[in-house]
Amino acid sequence: MTLRDIVALLEAEVLYPEADLEREVPCAFASDMISDILMCTKEPTLLLTGLTNNQVIRLSDMIDLSGIVFVRGKKPLQDVIEMAAERGLPIISTKFTLYRCSGILYNSGLRSCKI
Amino acid sequence: MAEYWYYADGFEERVQEQLHNNPEAEVDLDFAIPEKDFNTAGKGSSELKNLLKRLGVDSDVLRRIAVASYEAEINVAAHSKGGVMKSAVHDDLIHVRFEDDGPGIADIEQAMIPGYSTADDLVRELGFGAGLGLPNIKKNSDAMHIVSDIGSSTLLEFFIFFG
Ligand SMILES: Nc1ncnc2c1ncn2[C@@H]1O[C@H](COP(=O)(O)OP(=O)(O)O)[C@@H](O)[C@H]1O
Ligand SMILES: [Mg+2]
Repeated sequence: MTLRDIVALLEAEVLYPEADLEREVPCAFASDMISDILMCTKEPTLLLTGLTNNQVIRLSDMIDLSGIVFVRGKKPLQDVIEMAAERGLPIISTKFTLYRCSGILYNSGLRSCKI
Repeated sequence: MAEYWYYADGFEERVQEQLHNNPEAEVDLDFAIPEKDFNTAGKGSSELKNLLKRLGVDSDVLRRIAVASYEAEINVAAHSKGGVMKSAVHDDLIHVRFEDDGPGIADIEQAMIPGYSTADDLVRELGFGAGLGLPNIKKNSDAMHIVSDIGSSTLLEFFIFFG
């Protein structure tokens, strides 16, 4: 599954125009707890979260994130979007809840990351 | 002062030998960690990872170092009056020390319990405060050492070998 497929499935908005949507996404993880995310990401992973502060982008310096989906209509501030753009980290925002996003992606074949 | 040591299987001797011989590092890298500054917090760990990547450290080892370092850096920003992070890169290992200006940890064994957290609301709102930071450092390092007491500073250091 590519990020472009995920944008379509979640009716999501791409948060900066240069975001690379052709990237293959192998698996996903959903959490609002930073330590959980750090503990559970050992391979390239799509992160679904309600966190929008700069530390969620900072996380991608430590672990391999394929992209971030901000759920429930949340959008980070412009400086946080710029942090993601600088790193070439694709970020998208959807109106759907975390539960609904997870269900849609799981049913479409996106597996859970290995923990 | 209360003290806590953790060694992964087979690493106690290597770590004690390292501390005893105290060889000069190939590269030293220091960062300040200001109190409750979550714009700066994490930058030190990020730079450290970049440096190690340039030096050719294996990607799985890199991730373990970055995660342990980031959790420790966030702890200094979130729970202390601020401090410093001092990394010493050797041929075969990295040794990272975090020293802060207090207020110290009352009970280190309790702080190590997964889920135990005294994080305030500001810190929780940012996604921290799961009480998994110290367990995460332990899980990712070959050795971890904490020296602290209530009313004094905290030293946390970890060792991760490259091979
Ligand atoms: N540098 C520090 N100074 C004072 N207390 C600390 C420090 N690091 C950790 N602690 C204490 O240990 C607890 C557990 O830490 P941790 O496992 O990282 O969880 P969290 O940071 O999510 O609270 C903290 O809530 C805090 O009470
Ligand atoms: Mg912590």
